[in-house]
Amino acid sequence: MATQPNIILHAADVHKNFGGLRALSDIDLQIEEGKTHAIIGPNGAGKSTLLNVIIGRIPPSSGAVVFDGQVLTGKAPHEINQLGISRVFQTPEIFVDLPVLHNVMAPAFARRDGAFRVNMLRSVDSETEIREEAEQLLQDVGLYARRFDTSGALSRGDKRRLELAMCLIQRPRLLLLDEPTAGMSRHDTNTTIDLLKKIKSSGMTKVIIEHDMHVVFSLADKISVLAQGRIIASGLPHQIKEDPRVQEAYLGGSVQ
Amino acid sequence: MVSLSRTDLSKLAIFAAIVLTMPIWLAPFGAAYPGLMQKFAIYAIFAIGFNILFGLTGYLSFGHAAFLGVGSYTTVWSFKLLTMDILPAMALAVVVTGIFALVIGYFCLRRTGIYFSILTLAFAQMCYSLAYSVLTPITNGETGLLLAKNDPRVLDALFGASASTDGLPHPTLLGGSISGYTGFYICAVLLIVSFYISQLIFRSPFGLALRGIKSNQTRMSYTGFNTKPYTLAAFVISGMFAGLAGALLSVTDPLAGAERMKWTESGNVVLMTILGGVGTLYGPVVGAWLIKYFENIFSAINTNILHSFLSFLPDGLEQVVVAVLSKFVGEGWHLTLGLLFVLIVVFLPGGLVEGSQRLARWLTGRLKGSGAQPHPHPAE
Ligand SMILES: Nc1ncnc2c1ncn2[C@@H]1O[C@H](COP(=O)(O)OP(=O)(O)OP(=O)(O)O)[C@@H](O)[C@H]1O
Ligand SMILES: [Mg+2]
Repeated sequence: MATQPNIILHAADVHKNFGGLRALSDIDLQIEEGKTHAIIGPNGAGKSTLLNVIIGRIPPSSGAVVFDGQVLTGKAPHEINQLGISRVFQTPEIFVDLPVLHNVMAPAFARRDGAFRVNMLRSVDSETEIREEAEQLLQDVGLYARRFDTSGALSRGDKRRLELAMCLIQRPRLLLLDEPTAGMSRHDTNTTIDLLKKIKSSGMTKVIIEHDMHVVFSLADKISVLAQGRIIASGLPHQIKEDPRVQEAYLGGSVQ
Repeated sequence: MVSLSRTDLSKLAIFAAIVLTMPIWLAPFGAAYPGLMQKFAIYAIFAIGFNILFGLTGYLSFGHAAFLGVGSYTTVWSFKLLTMDILPAMALAVVVTGIFALVIGYFCLRRTGIYFSILTLAFAQMCYSLAYSVLTPITNGETGLLLAKNDPRVLDALFGASASTDGLPHPTLLGGSISGYTGFYICAVLLIVSFYISQLIFRSPFGLALRGIKSNQTRMSYTGFNTKPYTLAAFVISGMFAGLAGALLSVTDPLAGAERMKWTESGNVVLMTILGGVGTLYGPVVGAWLIKYFENIFSAINTNILHSFLSFLPDGLEQVVVAVLSKFVGEGWHLTLGLLFVLIVVFLPGGLVEGSQRLARWLTGRLKGSGAQPHPHPAE
């Protein structure tokens, strides 16, 4: 046997009820370090809710999430981010009034300076190191030409790519992606897949929620299927593809 | 390290030139006397500070006049207890107001949006009524806090500064008198320093974080920023600017009254900032000057002045025009200001500064024909 895989994130026995609605039940999810773990499932299955619990947006009704030996449950969102977890949201959360370049630079300051620092003596534009890093990332996601535009003017797909760049500049240990290619053209989707493949080689762990099976099967090392708040199957891509329960619950009978 | 970029430096130089030459260019407007120009400078400082909170961070405070009041009272107390020198007085005022802002901000910043605004308003109104009731030993109630001949002034006594023999002592700067133009230039220099500090904040990573909070607080916290201390820092800094402005009000006229904490004063600084341009460097200054000009000059225009001004018109017409215009000047200056405010908010969202920039861009665009748009640089 090779060495035991290192579990970087463990959601243990997580439940979440919204009033009478059981959005998550009995969730036990283990994410291996350095791997890309896809979570698929029909609309309303609880996928985004699961990410919300992980990053501290909503508290679980019971259970706990442990990241690299530290319990995340009860921590504030900025503390969770400072531990090395970044998230791309299902509806892009960007700084719509700020230029694209500053959108990408701001998260880099949080990475370098911590959660709070009154840094008044330098100018943003003279932070060449961070600026160059941001420009490089904007090249990678294909938004370099628009770096001085106000980000609110971007298309939906471009906003997503911007948000991805904002997360990547933090060099998180764990990157959570909630439908990162929704609203993108085929071409942009493929560029994003290539980009995500490239960061895979850098050892960053990724959890990706996607409806686009092309994206899922291009990237995932492991897949978990969520339906009605429960994980009904977990395994390697080919196992999931062949699992009859999955085909019934989610894939409508066939995967092709 | 604290050097500005060339564009920032030229902005600062232009601003300094405009402020220091006020006695020249305000003369044609009939506003070039020190007492009024001091007010221009002082309220510009107030508005610049307010803009750091409202313009950058997006938190609309309706209680900033409280800080103006605290700065004033602290200054007069420093005159009474310590020394007539203005440097310790202003330093104390800024520090005390900062601490005061820290406490008020700690509570008010637990809410956002309209609830934050209401909380600040409530706090300021509380200060205002306390100044007339419980706190009269400190504020001297309706009379206002005044200097007295037999005030201790321990530092002055210690260093043997001779108490002036005739009447009340006057504030001094390192022993020199600060009356007349000296007083104006002191305010002017402090305005330029305030502008410089606001420039530093605007371009810094700290300023970027404040803008991020205004733009999307959710993203800020999921990006690892602890937004609470950032908003508190912005609140305290902007309170300290207000404290300095309050101090200068008492430095140039050594008394302090609770009417400085009235809600109308808090409202005024909001109007100034919006008129000039929220979140712009020059906007609050322009807005402050405009409102102070209206308040002091426009309000002094009466029908006699209008008659002499319009005497070139035929008699009957003159009567009519004067009758109409007189509703807008003198006592009616609030009406003119109100109209102006409505027009600017409706037709120039972003205020005078951004509006004129857009107008200029549109004009140059027209002149150059349908050429390429000039590339906008990262927002200033
Ligand atoms: N804050 C909330 N309050 C109440 N109910 C919620 C809340 N968030 C989600 N839900 C409900 O929980 C269920 C799961 O929602 P969730 O957004 O996690 O689904 P999803 O798997 O991400 O779906 P989609 O693929 O459409 O994004 C849905 O029925 C949703 O209406
Ligand atoms: Mg979802």
